[in-house]
Amino acid sequence: MVMTEEQARVRQQTKRILNRFGRRRGNLVPILQKVQGEIGYLPREAMLEIAEFLDMPEIDVYGVVTFYNQFRLNPPGKHSVRVCLGTACHMKGGYITLDAWKRRLGIDRGQTSPDREFDLDTVACVGCCVMAPVTVVDDKPQGKVAPTKVDGILLSFKLEKERQGEESR
Amino acid sequence: MKITDLQSVLPAFQGIKSRAESQWRELRDGGKPVIMVGAATCGRAAGALEVLRAIKDELKKQRLDCPVVEVGCMGHCYAEPIVTISKPGYPPICYGYVNPVIAERLISEFILGDDPCLEFVLGALEENDLVPSFSDFPRAKFEKKVILKNCGHIDPEQVEHYIANGGYAALVKALQMQPEEIIDEVKSSGLRGRGGAGFPTGQKWEICRNAGGRPKYIICNGDEGDPGAFMDRAILESDPHSVLEGMIIAGYAIGARYGYIYVRAEYPLAVHRARLALRQAKKLNLLGKNILGSDFSFDIKLFQGSGAFVCGEETALIASLEGEPGIPHYRPPYPATNGLYGKPTLINNVKTLSSIRYIIQKGAEWFASVGTERSKGTAVFALAGKVVNTGLVEVPMGTTLRQVIFDVGSGIQGGKRFKAVQIGGPSGGCLPESALDLPIDFDSLTDAGAMMGSGGMIVLDEDDCMVEIARYFLEFTQRESCGKCTFCRLGTKQMLEVLDEITKGKGKIEDLDMLSWLAEDIKAGSFCGLGKTAPNPVLSTMSYFRDEYEAHIKEGRCPALMCRELIAYYIIPEKCERSCDACVGTCTVEAISANKKRIKVIDQEKCVKCGTCLDACPPQYNAVVKLSPPSQVPASK
Ligand SMILES: Cc1cc2nc3c(=O)[nH]c(=O)nc-3n(C[C@H](O)[C@H](O)[C@H](O)COP(=O)(O)O)c2cc1C
Ligand code: FES
Repeated sequence: MVMTEEQARVRQQTKRILNRFGRRRGNLVPILQKVQGEIGYLPREAMLEIAEFLDMPEIDVYGVVTFYNQFRLNPPGKHSVRVCLGTACHMKGGYITLDAWKRRLGIDRGQTSPDREFDLDTVACVGCCVMAPVTVVDDKPQGKVAPTKVDGILLSFKLEKERQGEESR
Repeated sequence: MKITDLQSVLPAFQGIKSRAESQWRELRDGGKPVIMVGAATCGRAAGALEVLRAIKDELKKQRLDCPVVEVGCMGHCYAEPIVTISKPGYPPICYGYVNPVIAERLISEFILGDDPCLEFVLGALEENDLVPSFSDFPRAKFEKKVILKNCGHIDPEQVEHYIANGGYAALVKALQMQPEEIIDEVKSSGLRGRGGAGFPTGQKWEICRNAGGRPKYIICNGDEGDPGAFMDRAILESDPHSVLEGMIIAGYAIGARYGYIYVRAEYPLAVHRARLALRQAKKLNLLGKNILGSDFSFDIKLFQGSGAFVCGEETALIASLEGEPGIPHYRPPYPATNGLYGKPTLINNVKTLSSIRYIIQKGAEWFASVGTERSKGTAVFALAGKVVNTGLVEVPMGTTLRQVIFDVGSGIQGGKRFKAVQIGGPSGGCLPESALDLPIDFDSLTDAGAMMGSGGMIVLDEDDCMVEIARYFLEFTQRESCGKCTFCRLGTKQMLEVLDEITKGKGKIEDLDMLSWLAEDIKAGSFCGLGKTAPNPVLSTMSYFRDEYEAHIKEGRCPALMCRELIAYYIIPEKCERSCDACVGTCTVEAISANKKRIKVIDQEKCVKCGTCLDACPPQYNAVVKLSPPSQVPASK
């Protein structure tokens, strides 16, 4: 099979990360976390490379990746949206907030918008229950996110983008 | 330990301690006002970093030079962002609900001027004649801060602050004791594991010490999987060294060589601070080879969990450390004898470990003087939901639920009626009003059908549907079940389907019996705690709130007006104000329009029941209502 440029790049990048780890099975999860942290998700080539490095069956790497909620198999969007569905957030309407995000972005949880601007997912409690319902936008927890605040957040991204567009012109 | 080693421990620590103390003194008594900003995750979500920036900018603008310290969470999360100012001549004063504008005023009026801005005061940290202090609050009578004592009062990123406040003295003392003595002390303190099950900690340590096999491991369980709890996060973010100190003492007592702190990846700040604390401790030789010159060597690594609830279970946690999917193993053998890589492994919760230093330093008797007959010490709760004072609470074991919710938590928000309190997360249950006088301890809560759990406490009011919360937890455990046991994997799915139908008004009365049968089977047929306790939220709500289940089934009505399929939003024409358009503008799906008489009407087909219009309708009109069943909405003319 001929490797595309993208695939070759992923392999290179993964190799570089692997250099920092010992070949112990116990390092599997930390390796996956590091690779996802740098590439944004876990492409097939990265998993193949890791399996070879740790001398374990590819299917076992895949098994671990799909077991844990943290790992993703498709590329993320530019901005990440994580709606908290912990107990406090759920009871204060987190599910309504999630619906609002879905409606506005036109995607379901676990998906990335076609323009790759946003990816949407849920998380079970980020530990700021007192601010429920919480949505974590680009790693920053935002409190009391009702459907109208969803529109507000999206608007601020849009304005930001327009401003950047103007500046670069 | 050899006597020669002992002699080196104290002097080695003396130097560290006196340096830390002089640094602390310089901060506290340096003659300058000290500004502390609560910047744990809860504070940051409320805007603490913006406040911090505003303070620094204003100080610069006013050419003032006073130390600004980032601290952890004081527990008053409801009032975040919180700023504490200690100005010479004044008691340390704590301000709540601070925003950048208030922050600037505090600088210009209090630091520069001499007006302590009483309108923003939450309370003073010490008794004084000027401002009411926290100890005058009614809640102070019920609270007892032991493991939360440092939280919010020291900079968690500076080990010197911890040491100056008595930190690592317990380790020094422990290193001069025999390991058996330490274990005896922990045993007689009566400390029971704070991770949920309440297993006697000293006994676990003893089993692990006596187990053969080397090296031995210590694991700190900071997975905190209960999706509504944040105690462990707060401690790791606000006082990480207290956890390390407990781990090192445990390591010495059981003869371990390595330790792991297992923190969930959803807590990036806790991960960062624990990592930093490890580096600092290592630098001071409080960790590493020959700790403080003794012959005890111990290293700790940090491991990030990857978001699986079941990984809080000890054998699953070990599997994930070994690079496997987090699937529990059968016990016995217990990890204390056969744990990580088959070696003896001690697993304790964050709070269990952070209690250790107090037991060693102040003695087992002191620790055991607080609490009940069979549950000693204090209990830490993350109080959330519909209670007024959400936040972190530490009370002696034996305090009643009513005291925690109504005296410490100041009751229910918005003057609503209390309905239930959910304790123990997905493994726990919902307790009604009649159970509020139960003393909080491991045994009484279990008897009532809930569970101590690790400390999540969610208060529910009249607007919360008991069927829905049961369904919510089942959805959670169903998704998080690792799939190993058939009853857990398929049984929870079955229960969830039944509950789904009930919340949609499609349930049958026989379903309730079916739920009870399934619950018994799942409990009997699962081998880890996840499956064994998964039915608890359903069983407890069915026994205390059966009438709500019946209303859903028999009348298609949700008494709490929460289940979306069973409610409708309606604008009462007589109350709707012709000149007001508030709801029309805010409706996120454009389902509201005005009719010929300028009265607003909701298009029930388009309505997604998000409730925005109800919030938007000005209180003087109060025209939007929820109706259940939806058939109550009058047909439009
Ligand atoms: C499904 C499940 C989830 C658990 N989650 C946690 C957790 O998040 N944190 C924790 O400390 N213990 C958790 N436990 C309990 C641990 O298995 C273990 O008993 C505990 O960490 C022991 O520490 P302790 O003796 O200090 O309580 C969980 C148990 C089960 C069955
Ligand atoms: S439940 Fe959402 S932050 Fe805890």
